[in-house]
Amino acid sequence: MNNELDRREFLKFAGVGGVVFLSGLSGQPGLSFPIWKSKDFFFVQLSDTHWGFEGAKINPDAKGTLIKAVKEVNSLQQKPDFVVFTGDLTQTTDDTNVRKARMKEFKQIVSELDTKVVHFMPGEHDAALDKGETYKDFFGKTHYTFDHKNVHFIAIDNVSDPTGSIGEPQLEWLKADLAQQKPDANIVVLTHRPLFDLYPQWDWATRDGAKAIDLLMPFKNVTVFYGHIHQENHHMTGHIAHHSAKSLMLPMPLAGSMPKRQPIPWSASEPYKGMGFRNVLSESKSDNYQLSEYPIKEDARI
Amino acid sequence: MIMRMWVAVIVMASVFGMTSLGASSDETAKIIKISAKRFEYTPQQITLKIGVPVIFQLTTEDRTHGFNIPSMNLRADIVPGKVTELKVTPQKTGEFDFFCDVFCGSGHEGMNGKIKVAE
Repeated sequence: MNNELDRREFLKFAGVGGVVFLSGLSGQPGLSFPIWKSKDFFFVQLSDTHWGFEGAKINPDAKGTLIKAVKEVNSLQQKPDFVVFTGDLTQTTDDTNVRKARMKEFKQIVSELDTKVVHFMPGEHDAALDKGETYKDFFGKTHYTFDHKNVHFIAIDNVSDPTGSIGEPQLEWLKADLAQQKPDANIVVLTHRPLFDLYPQWDWATRDGAKAIDLLMPFKNVTVFYGHIHQENHHMTGHIAHHSAKSLMLPMPLAGSMPKRQPIPWSASEPYKGMGFRNVLSESKSDNYQLSEYPIKEDARI
Repeated sequence: MIMRMWVAVIVMASVFGMTSLGASSDETAKIIKISAKRFEYTPQQITLKIGVPVIFQLTTEDRTHGFNIPSMNLRADIVPGKVTELKVTPQKTGEFDFFCDVFCGSGHEGMNGKIKVAE
């Protein structure tokens, strides 16, 4: 097996969503392609696919973008260890039957991913109207943990409560989980909404996110990956890095750059602009994640 | 018929520069009724005068909504069957957006309004 990550292969992700190369934890994203060690790995973060969204002025390829993303991920020779979806898998609806149909279709499409493990998380569009009941029927728990190659992953649900809160019971669960971790443990938090007040004027925050950050703060190596804001953003709260992912359905403007929080219209001259995916690469000898962001290629349009 | 209840909300309004306890006890404040339903407020535009205290009386016609003005550090849940009061005294001119921060469905992201504070 070739242990060296092929840079060209890595760049081949260009065209779908976001890839993260985990080179340790913390700090700002970078671009490097170190020797592939036994505990090194990368995973793909896809987010805000909003399956069921309709709006030709925003995304005339609404039924093709996710399928395209799946094909792009599958085209890699170096397979990601896993794929994570950080919420808003589907577009919200009042009709429970429609919600079920959208989740069924979404699940069918992503079942084509050529990866052994896919981790899902809800967004408010999936879970807020029924407190996650339908979501759980299709995708399981809304908050959970898993461990992978010396990294402890924690998925936090800040959307099933329509107020955009984590809630005291889950915070107690988080506290108990963290109590099992060493101060220098490598911890990755996956969530949908930003845990910090990115731009509360557009509801880009978690009402009690500061409590989660307070619980995480004693740990040296913590990085947060999230969605919700439909664009790449990198922010530090103390030593904790927060990285948001692009959407695979509709891009949003920079916080406060427009009077209203509205999706960016489709540009015929720049199709898929603002959409993409992320690759996260983890290297066991380093303390940094290596992130790479990639757009969607027009020639792959379905 | 749902019995309405008065709910006094402690306001921490850093921009407006005052706090309020038991808003309904202040008879000098102007009452402004704001009704919420998916996915709009009525009215959506509100004009206030600087230094003149007002009491927002918030109600909902359908389900729980939020009323949030982050720039004023002012928010409340609007719960069915209740009147939620927020008392404020504007001490700064300008335009301040308010929005629903309790997810209420497709169209939630566009549920907002504006408060204009004039001299």
